[in-house]
Amino acid sequence: MRVAVVGVGYSGFNANTPDLHWKEIMFEAAVRAYEDAGINPRRDVDSFITCAEDIWEGFAIFDEFVPDQLGAVLKPTCTICGDFLYGLATAYMHITSGLAEVAVVEAHSKASDILTFGEVIKFAMDPIWLRQIGNAHPYYFAALEMAQYINECCITEEQIASVVVKNKNNARLNPSAPYGGKVGIEDVLNSPMVFDPMRKIEIAPRADGAVVFVLANEEIAKKLTDSPVWLKGVGWWSETSNFDTMSFNAMYAAKAAKMAYKMAGITNAAKEVDFAEVDDRFAFKEIQHIEALGLSKRFETATLMVEGYFDRNGELPINVSGGNLGVGNLLEATGGQKALEVVLQLRGEAGKRQLSKAEVGVAQAWRYIPTASGAVAVFGV
Amino acid sequence: MAVGKKDISCPPEAIGTPIKDEDLKKGKVTYYEDYPDLRYAWTAGQAISRFLNELKKGRLIATKCNECGRIMFPPRIFCELCFKPIDDWVYVKDTGVVQTFSISYIDPDARPLPEPIIVAVIAVDGASPKMGIMHVLGEVKPEDVYIGMKVKAVWKDEEEREGAITDIKYWKPVG
Repeated sequence: MRVAVVGVGYSGFNANTPDLHWKEIMFEAAVRAYEDAGINPRRDVDSFITCAEDIWEGFAIFDEFVPDQLGAVLKPTCTICGDFLYGLATAYMHITSGLAEVAVVEAHSKASDILTFGEVIKFAMDPIWLRQIGNAHPYYFAALEMAQYINECCITEEQIASVVVKNKNNARLNPSAPYGGKVGIEDVLNSPMVFDPMRKIEIAPRADGAVVFVLANEEIAKKLTDSPVWLKGVGWWSETSNFDTMSFNAMYAAKAAKMAYKMAGITNAAKEVDFAEVDDRFAFKEIQHIEALGLSKRFETATLMVEGYFDRNGELPINVSGGNLGVGNLLEATGGQKALEVVLQLRGEAGKRQLSKAEVGVAQAWRYIPTASGAVAVFGV
Repeated sequence: MAVGKKDISCPPEAIGTPIKDEDLKKGKVTYYEDYPDLRYAWTAGQAISRFLNELKKGRLIATKCNECGRIMFPPRIFCELCFKPIDDWVYVKDTGVVQTFSISYIDPDARPLPEPIIVAVIAVDGASPKMGIMHVLGEVKPEDVYIGMKVKAVWKDEEEREGAITDIKYWKPVG
């Protein structure tokens, strides 16, 4: 059985949203997705799935707060404690198992509601083993990984800078990307070294927004639209929570991609994938993730980056939307924004940033520091 | 009639060796304490901002859906049953009827309260049936509270109000 994306909606993405409550952001995204799909959620949806982490929200049992603004009152609803792409995997299972014909997936970020962001991230660290070590902002976790990775792969400062330059400039063509800019290599190299070897501009700033997808089985999808986008494969994987024993080579992304590619029947990703949206919440992560997704070879990725291979007019465009460096860190909606961009590109609805060849696209998200977990989704037309 | 051995006796609860406060103080239990500094500021948004600002003025406001006709309190910008944006804002009264209540004797840390707190859900006059507010009752003895009792909001003085649900001190019986 095939599963299709028949509707997408989003709200944002903005650096701050002082005028709206997070429920109102969700409502806005949901209304747009249902309108796009041409469905009535009160009548047509069999399963609602949201992706949320209580600690980002600031209150517990988030699933209890979901139904009203999604049209899910007195309907089957559940919450996945993870990124949007994990929600897609769950919706896929609900549909292929026959539990649901139409399923909705939602994820959001109201990161601007969090006052002590560093402390909230620290809450994810083992309280006995890791949390008490030093009092630096936990962004250093990413820098530790970066230091090892760039050393292993001989990646230079300029190569890392070229990721920032590409994504910030890509974002200038995306009206939903608040952090775009005409940034050059020099601008990046002049950015303060805040977590040596990581510069401030290499860290994706936070953003608010919500993403809602409507998925359906093949029969319903063909009734709703002449041009469905198929969810061809999903995968998710975790390494270990032990920071001291992680690979620091994004094994989670490599394994999740392997799982998703197998489902999608992809044997040579570098050739078969037309474009990808990968997690770049720290600039070096983009290089690491491209490699893990098998889109280029180890030791060659950074060189290809500088050569423009991953540019929007390059051989294999990566993060045409601007990525997290351009759109922002959307917490659990990160994979949602990536999947959204893939769907818009596949539909030919990406506006000024529309790619000429877009038939197979990949979305990938990491569960952020301090994790070595993540998910991958493959879409096609 | 039950078969088999019948003289099995079982204590009403398991009796073990409780951990005493001094065991913890003397370090007989290995543990680590942490007090995370997690702080948030939730923007109230369109519906609740209006609601809170009206509280400051001593008024209760609700929203209306013309499709199902419900007057929804507390207000929201969408009707969750019809799944459409609301059509209107309407004031409701600061009187209502006790729909359910609990006389609560214990605080969140499981210690006895000096005086019981009477928590109640109040169906507010002017809103659709069973739409209302969870709050506390005052100026009433616990034994006198009943479901269906008519109550009225007792507000803080105007200069003390800050646009919070606690701008209403409590609800007291009327009539």
